[in-house]
Amino acid sequence: MDTLAYVLPLIWAAILAAGVTLYVILDGFGLGLGILFHFERREDQRDIIMNTIAPFWDGNQTWLVLGGGGLLAAFPKAYGLVMSGLYIPIIVMLLALVFRGVAFEFRWVAKPRQEFWDLAFSWGALVATFSQGVVLGGLLQGLSTQDGRFAGGTFDWLTPFSLFCGLSLIAGYALLGTTWLIYKTDGDLQDWARDAAKIALLAMLAAMAIVSLWTPYSVPRIAERWFAWPNFLIFAPVPLLSLYAAWRCWHGIENIGKDAEPFVAAVALFLLGFVGLLISNVPYLVPGALTVWEAAAAPSSQLFMLVGTLFMLPIILGYTVFVYWTFRGKVRAGEGYH
Amino acid sequence: MDVDAIMLARIQFAFTVTFHIIFPSFSIGLAAFIATLLVRWRITGEDHFHRLARFWTKIFAVSFAMGVVSGIVLSYQFGTNWAKFSEVAGNIVGPLLGYEVLTAFFLEATFLGIMLFGWQRVSPNLHVLSAILVAAGTSFSAFWILSANSWMQTPTGFEMKDGVAYPVSWLEIIFNPSFPYRFAHMFTAAYLTTSVVVLSVGARYLVQGRFLEEAKTMIRMGLGMVAILAPLQLLIGDAHGLNTAEHQPVKVAAMEAHWDGNKPGELLLFAWPDAQAETNHFEIGIPHLASLIITHRYDGLFKGLKDFKAEERPPLLPVFFAFRAMVGIGLLLIAIGFVGAFLWWRRKLFETTWYLQPLTYAWPLGFIAIASGWWVTETGRQPYLVNGILKTIDAASPVSFGAVLTSLILFVLIYTSVFSMGILYINRLIEKGPQGKAISPEGDPDPSAGAHPLVAVQSATRSALGGKE
Repeated sequence: MDTLAYVLPLIWAAILAAGVTLYVILDGFGLGLGILFHFERREDQRDIIMNTIAPFWDGNQTWLVLGGGGLLAAFPKAYGLVMSGLYIPIIVMLLALVFRGVAFEFRWVAKPRQEFWDLAFSWGALVATFSQGVVLGGLLQGLSTQDGRFAGGTFDWLTPFSLFCGLSLIAGYALLGTTWLIYKTDGDLQDWARDAAKIALLAMLAAMAIVSLWTPYSVPRIAERWFAWPNFLIFAPVPLLSLYAAWRCWHGIENIGKDAEPFVAAVALFLLGFVGLLISNVPYLVPGALTVWEAAAAPSSQLFMLVGTLFMLPIILGYTVFVYWTFRGKVRAGEGYH
Repeated sequence: MDVDAIMLARIQFAFTVTFHIIFPSFSIGLAAFIATLLVRWRITGEDHFHRLARFWTKIFAVSFAMGVVSGIVLSYQFGTNWAKFSEVAGNIVGPLLGYEVLTAFFLEATFLGIMLFGWQRVSPNLHVLSAILVAAGTSFSAFWILSANSWMQTPTGFEMKDGVAYPVSWLEIIFNPSFPYRFAHMFTAAYLTTSVVVLSVGARYLVQGRFLEEAKTMIRMGLGMVAILAPLQLLIGDAHGLNTAEHQPVKVAAMEAHWDGNKPGELLLFAWPDAQAETNHFEIGIPHLASLIITHRYDGLFKGLKDFKAEERPPLLPVFFAFRAMVGIGLLLIAIGFVGAFLWWRRKLFETTWYLQPLTYAWPLGFIAIASGWWVTETGRQPYLVNGILKTIDAASPVSFGAVLTSLILFVLIYTSVFSMGILYINRLIEKGPQGKAISPEGDPDPSAGAHPLVAVQSATRSALGGKE
């Protein structure tokens, strides 16, 4: 294998990992706000919740398209394998995102009879989140393959473990959503978000702990990696830093004035969880089935895409930051273009 | 996946792609229209351009949301339902779609935030620039999608190794032989579609006697575009047809239901092609005209369906009839543009009810033509998914019949209900019409409106929320 064919898949795996992480965080707090909709019944407060994300959701969601498109472009075999192996949760996620996405615009036009689109927004977010967790769980527990193609059954993904991953992600996105609200709102709504954030944080920590034990228990390959000496010592900072991030998050939630801290800490928690996943699964792209090299597209394809990506990605990040900067500060009642 | 599941996957793809194409083709033209309105407002300072831009931006937002969600579905469907297509063609199609995401999706999705919510937040120039960037994003998107699709129609610049396509020349892949024609044809169709909608809405207001200044602007701008673009589209379509005759002769034979390549083709106005009997029933046609159109010679010969094996021919009926629907609408639009231009020249445009009244129902014409055009080009490529390389039947994912059937039912139910609601809401916005106060070119709210900025926004918000003015 020449150097290019060795290095390019690694670079692409890193780019995709960054893209998926950005998606999880950016659309994660958006979906989290949808989950919160279930618990906030006051219409004016719901309007504000929606307006904290309205200028950004579309750009945030595009990282999901980059995830899918990037996987197809850089790792076509993995793309085909994952999409057909996890057909049902992926289709369910897409349909849920249809409801969630159109609700952003339909709700305002439908007023004062917008209840259906409120439901579409919140249930769409809940179902999409759950499906994403199930997809992650399904990937972790492995897909049955033959010659690199999916060779399992329609419902192989349906296990207690994958369902639990779905619930865990709901807790995680709810934490991102509540802490985002603390950051972007004030007064009554912020107080409410602080209370909700505590529950979400405790739920997420419990879920993280359970998944961290359950995964090595059910996948021997992962247990070997974590618990073999001296690996555990080397990896120990990951759980320790997670505990620190959790403490900072709680601290920020309790102390008024530290409005950005809970969100930053929640993002850190997600990043650390992601590092844990990486440790468990390197060098697999589809855990247990395809390594990054086995799944890679032709080097010339990866190189062609890389040129554009290295040029475009900084520009994209630049104007994304610019838009967040433009709409910085607290969101108050009555704002929006509608 | 067995044969029946493949049939369902094909129906699912055809269904989701037909629904999807409506929204981006509208967005491409509408984004450019809104940007034009804002630029004209910056130059002239006339309020009604600004009111119109705000009005159409609301409609754009609703349409764009539907385009985004239906587009995400498509970007995943290549894997869920067509996994072997991603394996065989992923090296080529993947990067093209990847470039679409990088150069187009992020641009339009990000600046949409400023376009929708930036009216008071950013300077007018930056706001206009955002609208231009959104329009540019939609155009770049069309560029890459059409490139990928054209490559599937006329693949070049690659080599096959072990059943997988590998890129050899990216320039040849991107600018494959049918790409320039397809891109020009689709791009013009998108602008034409939006222009018809704008013209139709303008006519509706004028007939109702509402928003007269805005209505006249919309009619002038919409009609001007139709009058120029509809005849231009005829020329582009003709060039595209010549290109198809050269590279995909069996598709042209199916479009014309032309069986015998040894005889000059007659242009069939109506016929019922019979694939089993290899002939047409109830033919009404004009002798030699098809030869004249396709070869530009009176006695020109072009290949007939019998020159190809039966299993290499596309399904005839959808190709034949969808092509006639597309061309028929194209000719109707030329007539609308010609008559309108004549009335405009005689200064009777805004008084001629017999012309304006029917136009109020004309808004779907472009959408129908575009959907028909896609059916012609996509069905006409069958039985291949990538022409000459990969048959559709060999491209499917290993997914069970039940799973595809369930997802198909869900797609049909959800798409028809959600998107018909969306179209209903767009109609509600149009019924309400341009509202609210304009902003003066300096970026401050119009002093004549006499309102504090925040009050102006709030009153605009309230009215948009369904309150009384």
